Amino acid sequence: MAGKSGRTIIAEEKFSLKKLLVRWETFLVIIFILVNIMNSNISDKYLSVPGLFNATNSFLSIAFLTLPMCFVLLIGEIDISVGAQVALSAVLLGISFNAGVPMWLAVIIALAVGVLCGFLNGIIAIKFTELNPMIITLGTQILFRGIAEMILKDQSTGGFTSVKWFSNLYWGKIGGVVPVMFVIFVICAVIFGVVMHKSTFGRRMYAVGSNKLAAKYSGINVPGMRLTIYTLTGLFCGVCAVFASSQMGSARPNVGAGYELDAIGMCVLGGVLTDGGKGNFIGAMISVFLLGLLKYGLGLVNVSSNIMLVVKGALLIFAVMIPHLNLGRFFKKKAVKTA
Amino acid sequence: MKKKLLSVMLCITLTASMLVGCSGKPSSNGTTDTTPTKPAETNTDNGSGDAGSADPYATDGTYAIIVKSAGNPYNKKESDGYKQVIEAQGGTCVIQEPESATAEDQITCINNVVSQGVDAIAIAANDTDALEPALKQAMDQGIHVMSLDSAVNANSREVFVNQAGTREIAQTLMDAILDISGGEGNWAILSAASTATNQNAWIDGMKEVMQDSKYSKLNLIGVYYGDDQYQASVDQTAAILTDDPNVKVICAPTTVGIMAAAKVLQDEGLTGKVKLTGLGLPSEMADYIGADDAHSCPYMYLWNPIQLGNLAAYVSIGLVNGVITGAAGETFTVPDTTLGDNGSYTIKEAADGGTEIILGAPFAFTPENIAEWSAVY
Repeated sequence: MAGKSGRTIIAEEKFSLKKLLVRWETFLVIIFILVNIMNSNISDKYLSVPGLFNATNSFLSIAFLTLPMCFVLLIGEIDISVGAQVALSAVLLGISFNAGVPMWLAVIIALAVGVLCGFLNGIIAIKFTELNPMIITLGTQILFRGIAEMILKDQSTGGFTSVKWFSNLYWGKIGGVVPVMFVIFVICAVIFGVVMHKSTFGRRMYAVGSNKLAAKYSGINVPGMRLTIYTLTGLFCGVCAVFASSQMGSARPNVGAGYELDAIGMCVLGGVLTDGGKGNFIGAMISVFLLGLLKYGLGLVNVSSNIMLVVKGALLIFAVMIPHLNLGRFFKKKAVKTA
Repeated sequence: MKKKLLSVMLCITLTASMLVGCSGKPSSNGTTDTTPTKPAETNTDNGSGDAGSADPYATDGTYAIIVKSAGNPYNKKESDGYKQVIEAQGGTCVIQEPESATAEDQITCINNVVSQGVDAIAIAANDTDALEPALKQAMDQGIHVMSLDSAVNANSREVFVNQAGTREIAQTLMDAILDISGGEGNWAILSAASTATNQNAWIDGMKEVMQDSKYSKLNLIGVYYGDDQYQASVDQTAAILTDDPNVKVICAPTTVGIMAAAKVLQDEGLTGKVKLTGLGLPSEMADYIGADDAHSCPYMYLWNPIQLGNLAAYVSIGLVNGVITGAAGETFTVPDTTLGDNGSYTIKEAADGGTEIILGAPFAFTPENIAEWSAVY
């Protein structure tokens, strides 16, 4: 048994993991349906197409962060500086616009700031491999937020509503129904999904997440991949900043506070766990809509947000607990059988 | 396999029951707080002595109030006051509490109430400008928008219900100083940060009021800045006492400052010699308020958040019913005669270019009422 076990265990693990994930997404779909049934029962205002599209607007700007966050978690790392990157990008968008820069250029500046922040995270992560990404991004989070606060103090910079197309990024609706942001999000999500599950890069991410050392020795450019993913995260922080600025018509250094936890939470609930090498992009996307619509439904019947936090927290604990519970049982059973 | 199935089923039931449990809550929240103010259920009062038999503030609409964040007791009082009036007038009140005190979460709340098809939104804003696009969209859909407690910018509201009229506060505080000092003597101001907008406006207002000959025997020795930090305020109070041992009254128009000064006077045993007044939170100041020499503060002020909510509710109904439009110069009379000048108000130009309604003179906390209010906020 010992001789063969090496191969068989891997084969088994892969098989069981896959099964597990399939079940996790199924589970999410079931909750998703249940949530929708519940919502439509508690409020007769819930099932309305314009209402639902409006609701997606309020959580999709954060959802742009879950796209690269899936990648970050998949390779077994974490980036808690995303909220601060959003703040810094938004603040620089605001001050460059108010300094007379045309809005399109200000948007590019915001994206560039995001890329730079992400790049900085990535460079530190690959140059000092002994540092935990949590610690690195905790540091840069304070740094980015600090710079944003240094620039604007406790002020806000606004007046973005005067630029119609910019306002429409968040508030605009195609045909009066489908929000522009929704369409952009779906396009981005499809691209991320394809990259994660259908490309070599995606397969390599799973490999790196499962075992960095093994991935390195099998010829994968691990530092290059980490740098790319951190930079990509920065870019999408810029995207999120652009939408948030469009949403609020102004920018403030406290924009994006707590976004990192929301983004990570959505991924984890979706089954993209923080251990790395696990997860499915579809799961993360379902959980984005699951949490968003749950919040919307409860908001429609004016449930206090404290209770919503409890529900969200409970769901998250389920998300991380259930797979582990089953995994243990699964292996025990197998072991008993083979013995 | 069975176990797995079982665990999945269990999870679903748990989640479902949790959700059902939550959704049941709002329908059953008939929690009637025992608020110390007289409830404002004076519907057809003699306040508006018109011949019109129909109450212009009667309504069957739905009114939403969005507070700054969940778990803020001061905000809770505002929304309680709002709800009290809306329900007494026949309307339905919706209270939305954002998860955190951010503009983003308030936008989510605005979205929720717009979807519910409310008639009016009253909001205590977390950010002056950031709510503009969301509130404008609501107004485009025919929803009346006003702010209370903390204003949104002039573009995104019809009117602002202001708890703190600069002139009213300045006048009230000067009168308190005059009364407590016995008409003459040295006094000092312990303020917040030297850049604090509110405090500076009040202090400037007080200096203006002082021009009146009535106050000529009062001598302001200086304005001290405690930066709204407890320790700094303690140090500045000590500085006042060193700079002028004959100081009679300290006026602290900031909740942190007044508490710090009260503590210093207590510790130094000066409660009989130096008196204190200003703006303070009743719960923090309860121990220091008293008429005798063992207490440093004979009385102090702050606005009454319940009344602020009451007035905001009347204004919301007024906007929906077309009784008021929110334009400067308009006058109106609410049925509750304990508000304002026998219930009558005038809408004024606000400094930010919009219009505002000032609740009235600040509310006095005296040794007689401090016990009941300290339990409130």
